Amino acid sequence: MGKIKGFIEFPRIVEQNIPAIDRVKNYKEFVLPLSDEEAKIQGARCMDCGIPFCNNGCPVNNIIPDWNDLVFQQNWKAAIDVLHSTNNFPEFTGRICPAPCEAACTLNINSDAVGIKSIEHAIIDKAWENNWVVPQPSKNKTGKKIAVIGSGPAGLAAAQQLARVGHDVCIYEKNDRIGGLLRYGIPDFKMEKYHIDRRVKQMKAEGVKFKINKNVGKNIDPEVLIKEYDAVILSGGAEWPRDLPVPGRELNGIHFAMDFLPLQNKVVAGDKISDQITARDKHVVVIGGGDTGSDCVGTSNRHGALSVTQFELMPQPPEQEDKSMIWPYWPLKMRTTSSHEEGCERDWSIATKSFTGEKGKVKQLIGVKVEWRNGKMQEISNTEFKLKADLVLLAMGFMGPQQTMLDKFLIEKDQRGNVKATTEGEKAYFTSRKKVFAAGDIRRGQSLVVWAIREGRQCARSVDEFLMGSSVLPR
Amino acid sequence: MANRKILKQGLYNPKNEHDSCGVGFVVNTHGQKSHKIVKQGLEILTNLTHRGATGYDPKLGDGAGLLIQMPDKFFRSETKNLSFKLPSLGHYGVGMLFLPQQKKARQICETIILKIIKEEKQFELGWRDVPVNNKNIAKAARDVEPVIKQIIVGRNDNVCNSQDSFERKLFVIRKRIEIEVQKLKIEDAAKFYINSMSSRTIVYKGMLLASEVGVYFSDLLKSSVESALALVHQRFSTNTFPSWDLAHPYRMIAHNGEINTVQGNVNWINARRKKMESVLLSKDLKKLWPLIEDGQSDSACFDNCLELLVAGGYSLPHAIMMLIPEAWSGNTLMNENRRYFYEYHAALMEPWDGPAAVAFTDGKMIGATLDRNGLRPARYLMTDDGVVMMASEMGVLKFPEEKIIKKWRLEPGKMLLIDTQVGHIIDDQEIKKQLCSEKPYKDWVLKSRFFLEDLKAVKSSFKHKNSLLDLQQGFGYTQEDLSFILKPMIEMGQENSGSMGNDTALPVLSNRPKLIYNYFKQLFAQVTNPPIDPIREDIVMSLVTFIGPKPNLLGMNENSPAMRLEASQPVLSLDELDQLKSVHLLTNNQFKSITLDITYELSKDQDGKKMKAALNSLCKAATKAVNNGFNIIILSDRNISENRIALPALLACSATHHHLIKEGQRTSTGLVIDTGSAKEVHHFALLAGYGAEAVCPWLTHITIKSMTNDFISAQEKYIKAIGKGLYKVMSKMGISTYQSYCGAQIFEAVGLNSEFVEHYFRGTATNIEGIGIKEVAQEAERIHRAAFGDDPILMNALDAGGEYAFRIRGEQHMWNPESVAKLQHATRANQFETYKEYAELINNQSKCYMTLRGLFSFKNTKSISIKEVESAKEIVKRFATGAMSLGSISTEAHSTLAIAMNRIGGKSNTGEGGEDQRRFIPLKKDSMLSEHLSAEVIEKDIALKAGDSMRSRIKQVASGRFGVTAEYLAAADQIQIKMAQGAKPGEGGQLPGHKVSSYIAKLRFSVPGVGLISPPPHHDIYSIEDLAQLIHDLKNANPLAIISVKLVSETGVGTVAAGVAKAKSDHIVIAGHDGGTGASPLSSIKHAGTPWEIGLAETQQTLVLNQLRGRVIVQVDGQMKTGRDVVIGAMLGADEFGFATAPLVVEGCIMMRKCHLNTCPVGVATQDPELRKRFTGQPEHVVNFFFFVAEEVRELMATLGIRKFDDLIGRADLLDMEAGLDHWKIQGLDFSRIFYKPKVSNNVSIYNNEKQYHALDIALDNKLIKRAKLAIERKQSIEFDLEITNTNRTLGTMLSHEVAKRYGNDGLLDDSIIINMNGTAGQSFGAFLTKGITFNLYGEGNDYVGKGLCGGKIIISPPKLFQGNASENIIVGNTVMYGATSGEAYFNGIAGERFCVRNSGASAVIEGLGNHGCEYMTGGTVIVLGSTGQNFAAGMSGGIAYIYDPHNLFKKYCNLSMVTLEKIEKKELQNKELRHLNKSDEEIMKNLINNHYKYTNSQAAKLILNNWDNELKSFVKVMPIEYKRAISELYASSTKEVA
Repeated sequence: MGKIKGFIEFPRIVEQNIPAIDRVKNYKEFVLPLSDEEAKIQGARCMDCGIPFCNNGCPVNNIIPDWNDLVFQQNWKAAIDVLHSTNNFPEFTGRICPAPCEAACTLNINSDAVGIKSIEHAIIDKAWENNWVVPQPSKNKTGKKIAVIGSGPAGLAAAQQLARVGHDVCIYEKNDRIGGLLRYGIPDFKMEKYHIDRRVKQMKAEGVKFKINKNVGKNIDPEVLIKEYDAVILSGGAEWPRDLPVPGRELNGIHFAMDFLPLQNKVVAGDKISDQITARDKHVVVIGGGDTGSDCVGTSNRHGALSVTQFELMPQPPEQEDKSMIWPYWPLKMRTTSSHEEGCERDWSIATKSFTGEKGKVKQLIGVKVEWRNGKMQEISNTEFKLKADLVLLAMGFMGPQQTMLDKFLIEKDQRGNVKATTEGEKAYFTSRKKVFAAGDIRRGQSLVVWAIREGRQCARSVDEFLMGSSVLPR
Repeated sequence: MANRKILKQGLYNPKNEHDSCGVGFVVNTHGQKSHKIVKQGLEILTNLTHRGATGYDPKLGDGAGLLIQMPDKFFRSETKNLSFKLPSLGHYGVGMLFLPQQKKARQICETIILKIIKEEKQFELGWRDVPVNNKNIAKAARDVEPVIKQIIVGRNDNVCNSQDSFERKLFVIRKRIEIEVQKLKIEDAAKFYINSMSSRTIVYKGMLLASEVGVYFSDLLKSSVESALALVHQRFSTNTFPSWDLAHPYRMIAHNGEINTVQGNVNWINARRKKMESVLLSKDLKKLWPLIEDGQSDSACFDNCLELLVAGGYSLPHAIMMLIPEAWSGNTLMNENRRYFYEYHAALMEPWDGPAAVAFTDGKMIGATLDRNGLRPARYLMTDDGVVMMASEMGVLKFPEEKIIKKWRLEPGKMLLIDTQVGHIIDDQEIKKQLCSEKPYKDWVLKSRFFLEDLKAVKSSFKHKNSLLDLQQGFGYTQEDLSFILKPMIEMGQENSGSMGNDTALPVLSNRPKLIYNYFKQLFAQVTNPPIDPIREDIVMSLVTFIGPKPNLLGMNENSPAMRLEASQPVLSLDELDQLKSVHLLTNNQFKSITLDITYELSKDQDGKKMKAALNSLCKAATKAVNNGFNIIILSDRNISENRIALPALLACSATHHHLIKEGQRTSTGLVIDTGSAKEVHHFALLAGYGAEAVCPWLTHITIKSMTNDFISAQEKYIKAIGKGLYKVMSKMGISTYQSYCGAQIFEAVGLNSEFVEHYFRGTATNIEGIGIKEVAQEAERIHRAAFGDDPILMNALDAGGEYAFRIRGEQHMWNPESVAKLQHATRANQFETYKEYAELINNQSKCYMTLRGLFSFKNTKSISIKEVESAKEIVKRFATGAMSLGSISTEAHSTLAIAMNRIGGKSNTGEGGEDQRRFIPLKKDSMLSEHLSAEVIEKDIALKAGDSMRSRIKQVASGRFGVTAEYLAAADQIQIKMAQGAKPGEGGQLPGHKVSSYIAKLRFSVPGVGLISPPPHHDIYSIEDLAQLIHDLKNANPLAIISVKLVSETGVGTVAAGVAKAKSDHIVIAGHDGGTGASPLSSIKHAGTPWEIGLAETQQTLVLNQLRGRVIVQVDGQMKTGRDVVIGAMLGADEFGFATAPLVVEGCIMMRKCHLNTCPVGVATQDPELRKRFTGQPEHVVNFFFFVAEEVRELMATLGIRKFDDLIGRADLLDMEAGLDHWKIQGLDFSRIFYKPKVSNNVSIYNNEKQYHALDIALDNKLIKRAKLAIERKQSIEFDLEITNTNRTLGTMLSHEVAKRYGNDGLLDDSIIINMNGTAGQSFGAFLTKGITFNLYGEGNDYVGKGLCGGKIIISPPKLFQGNASENIIVGNTVMYGATSGEAYFNGIAGERFCVRNSGASAVIEGLGNHGCEYMTGGTVIVLGSTGQNFAAGMSGGIAYIYDPHNLFKKYCNLSMVTLEKIEKKELQNKELRHLNKSDEEIMKNLINNHYKYTNSQAAKLILNNWDNELKSFVKVMPIEYKRAISELYASSTKEVA
């Protein structure tokens, strides 16, 4: 409930970061969590709304008012219980979720939202510190076997849920480490990887088996899985990057962000990489104004780039949205990320016309200002420009899942190339093939970690119902 | 019932009929019989006509009649022509009979009569046809007119050796005849009925207008018809169906009022059947059953019971004292003997509770008594030649003033008795003193009484085996039960409040398993009887409960009284339950308890057979226990475990209770429920209502223990909170004692099937069918399995609940994040497409089973083009916004609604809080809100357009009467009387002091910072004829406004609505149970009232059947959200539609449900200036919303092929139940009664197309207005004389309207119009009298003198010829100056109860008054030159009263919870800071008392003035604590400003 007039008395406090100048020196997380007292005050601001829009804004429907209140009362143990009841991995979302809950927070209508994400962050950190996060192995085994393909957040969430109700779950991961995008897509400075490791440890204790370097469709035959297991969940993500087919694209030094970022994470993890793409002493251009673009900016700065420029094709969004027409939904507005703070030029309404280079290596980007009319883009005449570019990183989003595996599974896809499956009704998360389910980006397309967790959990319930006739797993 | 013309159909049920009325008697105390008394009786009737009602046909009265002594002379002469000789008086009896019209049926009845007379060994002397003249009666009455005959029965002295025993025999004969004829189920237009069968009295009554009784029965005009007494009654019924038998008087009584507990009383009477024994009746006692025939009115049931008691040997006053006891349990002023008398009898008979003025007679004695709270008026006078006349009002029978020696009133709980054999009046003191000392009641009580609280303490040894969490889950606990229900109770000692309405699914539609408690809705009083204020009038309330067997009702000669176990309240602690378990040890084996386990083995129970079996064996075990001599049965579910499931405690309780009643064993044992399921007030109320004498909520106690460190205090607070809550639930039905609430079944079921209800909850209404034992068992099983199962969510937490606020895993809500956002976006951007997405969310039936209408579908009809459909512009005129006061919502939010509604031609509603006069003026140019209302009162400005108006076209008049002045009423297009509110029907409200800003205080005529209370009842509406009077008053206050009455849906609301239509309301609002509120107890939001679909349909059907529909406009409201809601509302019978929550959401409300905390973060429902700055609503948005709704209506009309909206109204035949709904609980629902369309001829209207006739054209005020023309129009002074009588009701109000509409509350200069009058004033004399008008009356006033007085002056002095001492005689009736806002009044005499209730600014001088004086007063000055009744100043938060109290007695009579008593200081000495009206007390008093003397020649005033300095010391000042603080604060701030 918080404090009755807390929202009037106290301001929003956001988590502070270590100064940019210091944090770019390494790949450590730089967010300073709230102190207990700060968290308590933030919790006090929660208004115990008759309709808590926040928990609807949150894709996993975190029961935010309840744990806000528990933090206000400093009952951290109960807070983590409530938080865990909707979210398997708050340490991931508490770090990298853009927090649609805060956009939906009632206080956000005409004031500053409760710092929900920072409270979540504080709760789960406290829980780990105090060893409250312990394995919850099931008492009874069902004897049912389930394969989960892909160890990103959707796969992990599904696996954990299913293991906890007594199924034998095995996760197949094509990479050498568990975690999917969490592992190789998200830079360490946003989320260090021990978070994944200790969850994996917990899940192992709960009976989940992990198989790495198993690329289903390549070195594992889908049909074997379908035969051996009682159910198969596809949770392989949407990793097919959008390309930029302009002249000069073939030049060296132009890379997809997802070719660039994982290497750094491997280096941080201690791998020796001989041919790491590095931004050191380079003029870096990041194309694409989203979160992945930001991650490229942050990583480039840490590499020691000479300059970092980020372009976005769409116009610059407003600093402040029209809340009366948008709240409680996610607003499109100007967002400056921590990576931007670390140094970066940004421009909007920029289209890349071509790249030029020397000796097969990119040297220059030729761009142009565009304007958008009725959803159509037009170049503005006489705005062409040239920019030095030694490293170009393409972070323009993803087209969908890698198609090869899906084709091998012989399942139906939707128009966008995602696995076709609904999320509601009796056959939620069922694919066109019996026993095969799909959850996460592979089904819905590129999205947030928190959506992946939601789908993983909901899919787990569907699978459980399919196998057992009924399920006590929450949706 | 078989021969009743209008049978139960659709939702109409004749069982719900109510009546009320005028009652009176005249008696010669010396017992001298004369024809004059009979004539006077008829005259009283004629002059009480306005207290009755007529139906659609003005000739069709509701019934009237008269009871007189046996007119021996008359019969002697009549029988001369008959073939038998009449024995002497006392040796024959006359049965007055209504017989069937068909000869054959009649003959059967006559044969039975003769047979039974013979069997009872008496003689048939002969028959007499009663001559009647039916030319004048309405056709409908004639159609069912019985053949009226008299049977004359001779006394067999061998069997009956006295007249008393003959009377008893005649009673037995009559009962036997009634029972036997009833069995035949004769089909005839007229009903067989025995009016009276006695050797002492005879009743003449019928379906007649009051004035027609003497015309119809020519007997009565014969001079040989002589009697020493005449008891008369004029009925006001809530229907128009002619029923001859329902007219009063009954055999012994005529009743004005209502018995609220009648269902329970009848059950208890039946329960006693086997245990009852009577020396006098001996074997005849068995012949009397069923004593109380099914389907009778409450008065008839009461009459039956009274007859039994009298036949059983109680004297008439003794029996009456048992049935309608005074409030004794908490009454410290009552004489000890009397208190023991009542306490002794309390164990014998529970009170027949409700407002009542009962006049009673056995032919020798005649008298009257009033209920404990004095909720009906009864005045009487005595003449010097021994005539006593009592009536509901004075003036009904004229006596020369000089012959009158006493004018008085019946006081609450008091009795007036005239024994014609003794020959004088016996006053209350005397009768009761005599009766109370007849037997050693005190000794008996002390000898036989155990107090539970006094028994030796026992420490509970209970240890639970299962975890607390599992147990809680097993009994359906949710997180909300802890946080919303229990926590506030254990912290604050009272139930939590909530705000906004109830938008969750009905339990029967919910996907989530529900406890059976949730299927019951609390009934509440509206119109036909008043709710009680259990806080301010707690002197009448009692939670005393008797646990254990009840003594033989007729065992008055048994000299060793039966033992009784008494508890001061019914919620038991764990220790107390253990006391009961070992009660035999503690009471020396007087009591013996047995615990019956109500858990049973868990197993799959698909069809409920196992639960049924468990219930059957429980009932058998109960019977066995009683047979084995156990006299306290404890039903306990503590044995619950993983493998044992508990029977729902309520079901077990009711099943056992009804089983024992059926077996005649119920009064042999007490019934105590020991359950884990009872948590909240509603649960305890239900258990009590279905028979539990005490309840131990064992799991709640354990839960509380886990929530607190101070268990003792927490438990105490919890028990206190439940007690307060029970008071609230009982009082909302007007019931004041737990004892009579127990078993009274004041509930209706929503969503339970009749078979189930009939079996386990017999007598409870259920209208839409629903689930039965099978589903109840399944729900119980689901809850149980979830509790003890593996659900990870429930492993370490309770279920979320989500009933009180939206919760993600909780109950569904119609207002949810999606619907709120969509509606706001649509209306702000004016996007119909987005609105349709919103409407789709709300209307979508396939997904969410939320409302009944959600399950409706439209029948396929031929569609038309939307172009042909009536325009949206026309449709929006039918829309209104709900009554939300400025106070509950901000100025910004309030005026935005008004502006929007005026733009579209709809109506907004002031709510109860007055309205700024500046809002009455239409705007000439584009401007800002603050330019009109001044910048200080506006925090967020709003742009207005030329032509806009901020005037709320609907002005609400609620029980607090805040800001209700002649000017306010004159500015209305519609005046709405709020009888009830969906969120808290039967309850009052409170605006806490911190919300009363100076602006709000100004509008409400109160003091800033002082909290304001709206009483539960309108103190001028205690019954239907009172409502008729208020409607008449308001119509006079604004003849152009239509008068509306707001009711809340519950079973029987249709019948109430019919009564309201007969009371001349132009407009009726039917509100659903789910409507919004600023603050209301949670149990009321959730558990009182029913969905509007049911109430509206019942209203439509009843009005149509009564042919009253055409003359009223029907509006429906309660969670109206979309065009589909509107269309369904129209089909079920609504002309108009009220919206409240939806427009608030459009204004920015996001359902925080924090209105009651003043922290609304969007500036809608708050007075906090900072938060109000956040308001973003715009009139345009609201306008958009209503047009969207209208467009959606048009689209639906087009699909249905309906062009005009009028053609949609009442077309329930176009509705159907959605096919193929797949939901386990809803299969049993049956909407056929909702969809029922009464079959009436084409000329009977089914929508509003006629007007009410208010008879204003014949009002005396027309004359006044004419004569005061120069004063009104040219402000000249004018004075004239006038003769008046009691039928000149509401005098001066239309005149005041003429002044107010021209000059507002400023009125005219004082004394511009002076009217000197003689006579007895009718009710509401000088109502809303405005400044400049002076009424100077010599005579007396009735009830409601100076109601709503606003600036006028009223002076009443005794008639010049009256010989009595003014200060010892009554001069005005009850509820005088109710809601007065300014003005002065001087009354040289005593007033009745509730003088100056809700006065907020007027001054009054009076010589003495009854109970509850100055209740809820917030301003003004009252001087009492004599004594007051009890409970003076209850809830008084402002103004001052000065009481003349030379003997220092007053403090016992004053309710000191909100006031202090102070001495009067001399003006020089009085502190400036604390001055009322900025004057010293002495100045104020001297001025008023001087005036009083000057105007009325009061001798009391004269004496005081003559000895001023000394007498000043005899006064005591009643100073409200809050007011004192507020005036000193105001003084401080005003001096600061000056400095």
